[in-house]
Formats: sequence, structure tokens, C-alpha cells
Amino acid sequence: MRLTEPDIQLNAQKKLRHLLTLEGLKEHQLTEILDLAETFFDPATGDLKKVPLLRGKTIMNVFFEPSTRTRTTFEIAEKRLSADVVNLNIATSATKKGESLLDTLWNLQAMGADMFVIRHADSGAAHFFARHVAPHVHVLNAGDGRHAHPSQALLDMFTIRKHKGDIYDLKVAIVGDILHSRVARSQIQALSILGAREIRVIGPRTLMPSHPEALGVHVYHDMDRGLEDVDVVIMLRLQNERMSGARLPSEKEFFRLYGLTEKRLARAKPDAIVMHPGPINRGVEIDSAVADGPRSVILDQVTNGIAVRMAIMAVIFSNAAQLQQQEREA
Amino acid sequence: MKLNLDVNSLLDTLEANLREDPIMGKNPHMIGIRSGGLWIAQQLHQRLGLETPLGELDIAFYRDDFSRVGLHPTVRPSHIPWNVEDAHIILVDDVLYTGRTIRAALNEIFDYGRPAQVLLTTLLERPGCRELPICAQYVGAQLNCDQKVKLLGPDPLELHLIEDKEEVA
Repeated sequence: MRLTEPDIQLNAQKKLRHLLTLEGLKEHQLTEILDLAETFFDPATGDLKKVPLLRGKTIMNVFFEPSTRTRTTFEIAEKRLSADVVNLNIATSATKKGESLLDTLWNLQAMGADMFVIRHADSGAAHFFARHVAPHVHVLNAGDGRHAHPSQALLDMFTIRKHKGDIYDLKVAIVGDILHSRVARSQIQALSILGAREIRVIGPRTLMPSHPEALGVHVYHDMDRGLEDVDVVIMLRLQNERMSGARLPSEKEFFRLYGLTEKRLARAKPDAIVMHPGPINRGVEIDSAVADGPRSVILDQVTNGIAVRMAIMAVIFSNAAQLQQQEREA
Repeated sequence: MKLNLDVNSLLDTLEANLREDPIMGKNPHMIGIRSGGLWIAQQLHQRLGLETPLGELDIAFYRDDFSRVGLHPTVRPSHIPWNVEDAHIILVDDVLYTGRTIRAALNEIFDYGRPAQVLLTTLLERPGCRELPICAQYVGAQLNCDQKVKLLGPDPLELHLIEDKEEVA
């Protein structure tokens, strides 16, 4: 299955119809989402106001893989936009894929879904859905295998921009299990599109993809060197559920070499921020003192995730309306 | 009747009307609808010497045509820096036309709370083309339904009659 069909997510006006991956997107397509996300915050209170934008739309969160943060923030985002929300947590096994996945899709579509938010353990699952949905139905990738997690990367860019300003001035380090991380992959794409000054990946050889340099990043196996002078430190979760075979001696050993402690963080810029997509393995990839410390923006990422997901959905439905308008006028 | 397009004299009319209105004795709060209505509201807010800060409303998320035309490209957050609950509100827009903008604005205001009163004032109105049962308490001047104007601003504020093909303010 081809994973890289960026065009499938664009409509006839070359605007987002689905959001499956950040690969192939332009800077203005990302900043449009980031800028819109800011407008959902009430400047007086900092709250996310409920707005009637997607009243009458039905959004189905179809999760074939467990999730707390992503599913919940998507649900809150959908409710803040006044959409009708249906949550489906579907347990699946390797033998039930292919046709049964399509049957699931068509059944849910027959129930009136306008948008699917999909998470699946298989890379390419969201593309598969996107290829088969009806023309008026949208697909949002909430994480597929090791491939992509675009909404997470966008909320991370939003958080970086909010705390550090323009991304093109920044040196960003992504630390840990790069190999299994769809988050890292999408983050690297987002940082490249937004023109970050330097992107570093830090981790053991066994948790690096075979040619990380091809992603346009600088590779470090020594964490102390890798953190030198960076503005942003993004820690990744050690993904035991995606590991096959022994890639690590032990969690303790991993923490000794790649765990983020106050002492290690001192290598980064004095005003560097610390991020983590969650859930955190305390004492495995990050020390509690750092995760709960003054430079951690981990909980801010969660709040920002709601606004950014609202913006992604608003942009996709807005693009659909504009396309329809053009077709009416033609 | 010759159409008065002098913004200052229209503002004079609105200011005089508002000063006579009982709302002025009730600690009034003002909201302008972005962008033209906000410019007018800034002028009126200053002229009336209101003590509470001016509220700014961007109705982009409340429009009834989102599913037909999508989002306005330059949406900014609404900002009402006081409690709407029980407030006496002067709502200001530049031109009252179909009434749909005011419907959206009222819905948004009510999402903040239940005001005691909302008074509507607009610089101009086109009374013949209303699509909803909405009218303003005070208007500076009336246009015919075929007359369209564009408000340029904020400094200086100028009204221009425009041709049919151009975008309406």
C-alpha cells in the first residue's frame, strides 16, 4: 500500500479535503491552521469558546487503537465546534483487516458521517479510508502505525510558536525512539515546512530509522552533545508496544543515556522549553522534576491540541464549502 | 433627497440620539462589529465618553452561510472584556442591510451571557431589503435598496457609493 499519496488529501482547488499527512503541504497551509487556532481562544479569559460553526455535521472518532489524550481532545474540539460526535473504539485483529475495514467504513458512512477521525495501528489506514469515502466525507488521520500523526505535529508547532515565536529562528531536538514514532516523523515534516533553523534527532542507533539524514535532520547518539544550545527539546515516548525484538538493554539503561534530567537540560538554551506528546513514562524518558518543572509546556500542549484540532476541522469544512460555491457558480 | 455621506455629520446624529436615550443612565457598554462597525463604535465610544472598554465582535463563526461560502479569511477573536450578564449594551454596525449580521451578533453576545438590553445603532441602513425582523433604534441615514456603500477606514473614515459589481460593505 502506498503511504505517500499527498495529493489524495487535496481537493480540486488544491486545498485540504482530508488531513492524512503533512508531507507535501505548503507553509501557508500549515500557518492557516495555526493562525485560525489562535482565534478560538477568548482573549479575555483564555478559554476555548463554543461556536456554532459545525452545527448539523456528524463527526465519528473511529479508534482501532487505544488513546486518551488524542481521542478526548478531538471530542472536545468537535463539541466546541457544535458538531454531533460519535465515538467508536473498535478492537481489531490482524486477520480482520481489508474488507471488514471497508464494511465498517461504509456502514458508518450510511449512518451519516461527515468526517472520520481515524486512529489505526497500521500505517496507511487513514489513506485507505480516504480512498473509499463518499465525495462529501472527510478523513482526519489521528495516528496510523509508524507513519503519521499530523494533528499532533501541528499542535506542537502551535505550542512552539506561542512560547518561542517564529519557528525559522529555532533549533529543535527530538529525543528518543525516532524509529517507531509517527509523531517524530510528522514533527520533522512540520519543522521542515516551517523552515526551522536546525532539526536534530537524538537517540540510540537501534531506535533510529536506517537513513535519518534523508529526513533533513542532524543525528546525535550522544544526548549531551545533541542538546547543546537548542531552543526546544521534544521528548518521545518509548513505545514498547511497537517494538519487536530486543532493541533496548533496559528502561533503566535508556534513562541513564537518554532520559531528560535537569542536569542534561542545562545543556540547552537557558530559556529552552520541554515538550512531550504524552503519555509520559516518568523515569524512563523524562525525569519528573523536568516534566513538572517550569520549562515544561507538556500540559499546554494538551490544551493547544483542542484549539488546533478545531482549526483543522474548520479549515477542512470551509474548503469544502468554498469548492461547492465554485461549482455552483461554474 | 441628496444622500449624506459625511461620516462626521452622521456620527453627530447618532451621538445626539444616544445622548437622549435612557440607556445612557444605565452604565452602558458598547460593542462594535468588525470591521466597519468597530470603527464607528470607536468614534461613538470616545464621543460618549463611556467608561467600560469597547467590546469587539467578529461574527465569522456565527454566520449562517459558513456551509455555503466557508470561513472569512481574516477572522480574529472576538473580545468582550466585561461581563455581558445584565449589561446594557449599545451594539454598533456600519450598515444594516439584510439583518443577518445582527442575528449572528446577537447569538454570539448571548453565548457570553444574558444582557439586560441590547440597543442597535448603525451609521446607515438600507430598509427595503431586510430578510429578518430586525431594525435599529438609531440610524444616521437611509439608503435606497439599490444604493450600495463601502466604508473605508479607520483613519480617515470615508463612505463611498459603489457600483453594483463591487463588493458590498
